[in-house]
Amino acid sequence: MNQVTSFLRPAPLNTDVAVEMIGVNKWYGDFHVLRDINLKVMGGERIVICGPSGSGKSTLIRCINRLEEHQRGRILVDGVELLDDVKKIEEIRRDVGMVFQQFNLFPHLTVLENLTLAPIWVRHLPRREAEEIARHYLQRVKIPEQAEKFPGQLSGGQQQRVAIARALCMNPKIMLFDEPTSALDPEMVKEVLDAMNELANDGMTMLVVSHEMGFARQVANRIVFMDEGQIIEANTPEAFFASPQHERTKLFLSQILH
Amino acid sequence: MTVATQAAYVASSPIPAIPPPSAHAGVIGWLRANLFSSPFNVALTIVCALLILWIVPSLLRFLLIDAVWTGADRQACLATPEHPEVGACWAFVRDRINFFVYGFYPIDQRWRVDVFFAALAFGVGWLTWLDAPRRDICLIYFFAVLPIVSFLLLHGTPGGGLPLVETAKWGGVLVTVVVAAVGIVVSLPLGVLLALGRRSEMPAVRLFSVIFIEFVRGVPLITVLFMASVMLPLFLPDTWSPDKLLRALVGVALFSAAYMAEVVRAGLQAIPRGQHEAAMAVGLSYWKAMYLIILPQALKITIPNIVNSAVGLFKDTTLVFIVGIFDLLKTVEAARGDPQWATPVTSTTGYAFVAIFYFLSCYAMSRYARYVEARLAQGDRR
Ligand SMILES: Nc1ncnc2c1ncn2[C@@H]1O[C@H](COP(=O)(O)OP(=O)(O)OP(=O)(O)O)[C@@H](O)[C@H]1O
Ligand SMILES: [Mg+2]
Repeated sequence: MNQVTSFLRPAPLNTDVAVEMIGVNKWYGDFHVLRDINLKVMGGERIVICGPSGSGKSTLIRCINRLEEHQRGRILVDGVELLDDVKKIEEIRRDVGMVFQQFNLFPHLTVLENLTLAPIWVRHLPRREAEEIARHYLQRVKIPEQAEKFPGQLSGGQQQRVAIARALCMNPKIMLFDEPTSALDPEMVKEVLDAMNELANDGMTMLVVSHEMGFARQVANRIVFMDEGQIIEANTPEAFFASPQHERTKLFLSQILH
Repeated sequence: MTVATQAAYVASSPIPAIPPPSAHAGVIGWLRANLFSSPFNVALTIVCALLILWIVPSLLRFLLIDAVWTGADRQACLATPEHPEVGACWAFVRDRINFFVYGFYPIDQRWRVDVFFAALAFGVGWLTWLDAPRRDICLIYFFAVLPIVSFLLLHGTPGGGLPLVETAKWGGVLVTVVVAAVGIVVSLPLGVLLALGRRSEMPAVRLFSVIFIEFVRGVPLITVLFMASVMLPLFLPDTWSPDKLLRALVGVALFSAAYMAEVVRAGLQAIPRGQHEAAMAVGLSYWKAMYLIILPQALKITIPNIVNSAVGLFKDTTLVFIVGIFDLLKTVEAARGDPQWATPVTSTTGYAFVAIFYFLSCYAMSRYARYVEARLAQGDRR
């Protein structure tokens, strides 16, 4: 029972710094996609990353759980450096939840099975406890009645909320979101942002790639602006929107805010 | 323009459903649409109808109408003045059916073969039933329990119990089914491993898989069988000379594994990258991700192709008679030369029997593949 309750709130970090990227560089072939990235995310901080298409936002957050490999520099997640050791990488992935633009739910499993799979097979929870946790998070994202359905039977917004719940069931310390609302119809964006908002209120450390500026303004501690593989600007939302420093930021903001 | 004409495309009252026009419904509509839709189709229909009229009646006459169903020896199937046309000599098949099914398996032990057939049929039924309960147990049964139990059952238990029956005594349908079943039971897991190996990020594993798959696929099965039966003993110590059937089984299993690997690889390729990424992102190890996420999806869409491979393998098993193994075809070959049944129609009957056996088996398998395909196309979610 103890175990279940500990799964219902963000797991505590071991260190103050949740994610630290030091001089990170990455190439796709000859293409220099991340250029000397330095970023420090404190525990409980909520970062929104934005920037034009192809600027390397997805690549950056996917490096944090090693879906992409960086070639130079260091990345530390909760004090543990990401190196080639597969076991270490799997450990880090356990503690870092990820939500994808395309949901990526497992279509052959029910919603409940999607949620309990990793807790059972990775965290080795008994099935009963895993289901208890899963139902709790389904309740949190407001779709408790969909537990027995298959992902294909849900709307996009519902699927994305299941994806968020799936990540939370692993009791992560850090959550990564890669454009969680861009594949959704406009009327479903809000339900997903609401779920993320609630998560932010719980004190979860979050890195969110998003162009939802309303969400950024409301939730982010810092907004990071990327262009051509570089972090051009990082600032509080107030400062970022009120007085963008860089020409490209201004251009981007004028395009995105109309 | 009046308001009424402007709104002509809006239904003014509820429109009841009516039956379709006659040209598109019923027998005539079907005939017109499917057989006589164009001059070319009309010609094709006529040619096919003539072919059917030419072949089917004489086939039916030989197989059924003029066939001899009972009799104790060749006298029953010889032409006589009062019975000048003799069709298939089914009396021969009935007389020899036990030989065709069991080969030289000792008569008092043949119940073991029957139990094996029943256990296999049970496993196949469970495995092929898409909504079956406890498919995980089914997999263990089919790929681990069944092979071991079948081996002990058919070959004999070491500590006494069931007496030993050497594989040289096995024959007929038993051997055909054993070769096909072993081929499938071994080649599926092996094929999955090879397919994964071919997509592996480890160069050595990938190279080995590619070489194995391409080499085996580039060689005819007969060559593989000859190599297995002639070359395998050269590599092994004299004291451990594997028996003839086992050598052929190894050859068939390796051969079909290479084909299965390509079938499975096609299925793996159809699974989106996002599934791999989501599996990794929740911390699943490679093997767990494969077992829990990727393979269930990949194999499911691959079932029709796996079954088609199995159909091919089932027919290919007849080739083992070249290395001296008594499969069904070989038993018929042996029986048809028996002077007791020497008639002009004995050979034809024997081959017709084999053809019908293979046709029914393979047709059942491909129907199943079609059924699965239809189920998958329906967007079945399980
Ligand atoms: N696997 C890959 N191989 C080669 N190039 C890649 C690969 N993945 C991404 N790229 C390139 O790297 C650049 C950055 O990609 P990334 O997906 O990080 O951009 P992004 O900022 O997330 O863009 P978007 O807003 O469109 O999602 C793009 O130019 C893209 O074409
Ligand atoms: Mg992206």
